[in-house]
Amino acid sequence: MKNNIIDFNGEFDVIPTGKKYAPRIKSVGPKEEKYTNSLKKSIIKSGLCDGMTISFHHHFRNGDYILNDVLNIIASLGIKNLTLAPSSLAAVHEPLIRHIENGVVTEILTSGLRGVLASKISSGLLKKPVIIRSHGGRARAIEAGDIKIDVAFLGTPSADAYGNANSVKGNSTCGSLGYARVDAEYAEHVIIITDCLIDYPNYPASISQKNVDQVVKVNAIGDPDKISTGATRFTKNPKELLMAKNVALIIQKTKYFKDGFSFQTGSGGASLAVTRFLREAMIEKSIKASFVLGGITKPMVEMYEEGLIKTLFDVQSFDKIAAESIQKNEEHFEIDASLYANPHNKGNIVNKLDVVILSALEIDTNFNVNVITGSNGEIMGASGGHSDTAACAKLTVVVAPLFRGRIPTVVKNVHNVITPGSSIDILVTERGIAINPLREDLIELFKDSSFNITSIQTLEKIARDYCGERKPVKFTDQTVGIIEYRDGTVIDLIKAVEKNV
Amino acid sequence: MGKLRRTMMYVPGNNPAMLTDAGIYGADSLMFDLEDSVALNQKDSARLLVYQMIKNNNYAQEVVVRINSLESDLGATDIEAMVRAGVDVIRLPKTETAEDVKKVENIIESVEKKIGIEIGHTKIMAAIEGPLGVINAYDIATASKRLIGIAIGAEDFVTSMKTKRSKSGVELLAARSQLVLAARAANIAALDTVFSNIDDSDGFKEEVKLIKSLGFDGKSVINPRQINLVHEIYKPTDAEIEDAKQIVYTIKEAEAKGSGVISLNGQMIDKPIVERAKRVLELSGLSEEVM
Amino acid sequence: MKINKEAIAGTLESSDIQITISKNHLIKNTIYLESPVKHLYEVAIKKVIMNTLEKHQITNANVKAIDQGALDCTIIARTQSAIYRATEKKEINWEAID
Repeated sequence: MKNNIIDFNGEFDVIPTGKKYAPRIKSVGPKEEKYTNSLKKSIIKSGLCDGMTISFHHHFRNGDYILNDVLNIIASLGIKNLTLAPSSLAAVHEPLIRHIENGVVTEILTSGLRGVLASKISSGLLKKPVIIRSHGGRARAIEAGDIKIDVAFLGTPSADAYGNANSVKGNSTCGSLGYARVDAEYAEHVIIITDCLIDYPNYPASISQKNVDQVVKVNAIGDPDKISTGATRFTKNPKELLMAKNVALIIQKTKYFKDGFSFQTGSGGASLAVTRFLREAMIEKSIKASFVLGGITKPMVEMYEEGLIKTLFDVQSFDKIAAESIQKNEEHFEIDASLYANPHNKGNIVNKLDVVILSALEIDTNFNVNVITGSNGEIMGASGGHSDTAACAKLTVVVAPLFRGRIPTVVKNVHNVITPGSSIDILVTERGIAINPLREDLIELFKDSSFNITSIQTLEKIARDYCGERKPVKFTDQTVGIIEYRDGTVIDLIKAVEKNV
Repeated sequence: MGKLRRTMMYVPGNNPAMLTDAGIYGADSLMFDLEDSVALNQKDSARLLVYQMIKNNNYAQEVVVRINSLESDLGATDIEAMVRAGVDVIRLPKTETAEDVKKVENIIESVEKKIGIEIGHTKIMAAIEGPLGVINAYDIATASKRLIGIAIGAEDFVTSMKTKRSKSGVELLAARSQLVLAARAANIAALDTVFSNIDDSDGFKEEVKLIKSLGFDGKSVINPRQINLVHEIYKPTDAEIEDAKQIVYTIKEAEAKGSGVISLNGQMIDKPIVERAKRVLELSGLSEEVM
Repeated sequence: MKINKEAIAGTLESSDIQITISKNHLIKNTIYLESPVKHLYEVAIKKVIMNTLEKHQITNANVKAIDQGALDCTIIARTQSAIYRATEKKEINWEAID
């Protein structure tokens, strides 16, 4: 049981002890059949019962049918008090509200929450607080046994009847199954759900037959158009382009921009646009990246194919081109969430990251970043890989507009901390750039530059001058969310928003 | 030397989001439009919006407002509102004669007197958009001490000339040349028209190179994307900058010594050369103090 | 000033505010506000609108404000514009506008 006590003590303070958690040993004989065409039968066969923990991945984004279909059946079977541990949740998972109200799901462990579900949880829909973990943190928790998954329901674009799942073959290619792979290795019982059955053997396998208990064929795993989105397009928004251009110029001025460097960008408009500007600079200066990490997009695949990037480490493919590139391009690798960012994984790749470009819902004058709750204090985002990458990258740049409409981004105190200020080096807004005082080297580097460098306090004041003095959000004493840092400590608590009747 | 006016970014006057963000893109001047980009039944609203924006936001750039023509009663009210707001420049559309400019000047002056600010504070820019205006360019350019620049508005001009715009710009050649001549003779700025196809950056660059060669000080832009393209083309080369630095340095040295005629590399450095050198430094963002 | 008719100013675009002024049956100003930042600025927005009404000596306006995150100067401008349209006054009272 998680304590509601904040015990975060620094990005790299915790030294783990103990052994890795492992599922029970099982046998499967030559005459046993893993395959069934009934999702309901598979759930019954799994032995799922009250109080257990079930998991899903979020590689299908808003096109996912699996989670809702499975929960509906579970509810109809009268099973209750489940802990739901998906890697994240999307707006399409709104039907969960009903299952929570009916006691089917009584606890949620996730990276993020959206829409009405998130808003209701912020008002106290769940008795137990939601536990928010980063991608690396979730992998850590699963490997350490903090999350013990009883049944993992893993949708895959294709599978063979023995359990080999491939993420590119099938009707809806989602690309990397990075988050699902950890579940497959550590869950007690793994059910692969697909709408495309391939003759044995379905290789190469993102999820291996050795981890799979059952394979179910359903009519549709999701909406193909929403699972595999069209090519990621560059923003045309002039404000985002302006900020992106500045981010790229800033990166180029640092010592990190050299042949063999590595980088990662978030999925926001400005973050993605940075890639385009970096590419121009890389061509101009004959600089090649050793690797790009995290969410992979078409522009990155194109840079790889141009010879500008040596390796693509893909934990999530953002579009169809990226998905297909995994099979097409030799150095495009699918990586699991643990190898990606688990701090207690000896080889976590984020350690090798030179530059990361991230966004923020809020950032305060201590550079703490909030990507989980909005200006009204309600949960509306996801922890994602933010704290993982920010802690480890040699240069962490947050790019965000100073205010969005009338909502200030730079504030005196964020509502919730996902990433501590010590992890953030530079904030780039359209009205000024602030460097974390901890980075004296960067302050010195940019001292006489033509960039509009100012203090974060000044930025906060400018935002406040434009938007006005905010009325503080009223919270109650009830904790509705526990934000767990990647190392397992608690970095912040999310309180319930007081609702006026 | 004069203010840099390489880019004047055009912002529709009835759009709060664009007005708020206008200053972040690095244009030399901003032009808030009350005329063609605002629907007839929204002109009163746009006027008040631009008024409040100018009054309450501290734009770092020069702020120009394009008013409605004085033919309707909109123009006069626009002028009063903008002068009260503290605008830097009033831009008059479709200027045909020196008289048009004088009418604007009179209204500006009466408002300045009324509100008690320095007479002459508010400047004027005249947009020339028809053949008569082109013919009268010099008279217009010298019609008022407040007049700091003349601009060509191509769309209306080309229509009155009964022709259309082309890639080569030959239909505008006479107008552009006449305008620059007048501006230089009157010692004021010459500004070129907008280029509407934001996606055609090659075509845009060609046009900017053309007008730079003709001697224009700058161009109106309608999208932030166009700003850097103009500034790049107007930037002197490193060699030009080095030469300019040398010239200015030599002059300073000579002045300090009290020398008379100055020469550098066997060439006499007279006033025009010095002026050009200073302009080069200005365009590259280096003031002579850098020396 | 007297409100002669119902009038609207502003748009529903992002960062704008649409102000509709009509005659109130009560002898006071009432403001109905819809805004995505109501939780942050409800009081501030209403204050700005009320202030603008009072400066123009309006005492019986029924104001409906549909906001899309407008900043103060926009709110003031749109309210002023709605006032002039509603009162059908041609001359601008510059002391009140300021």
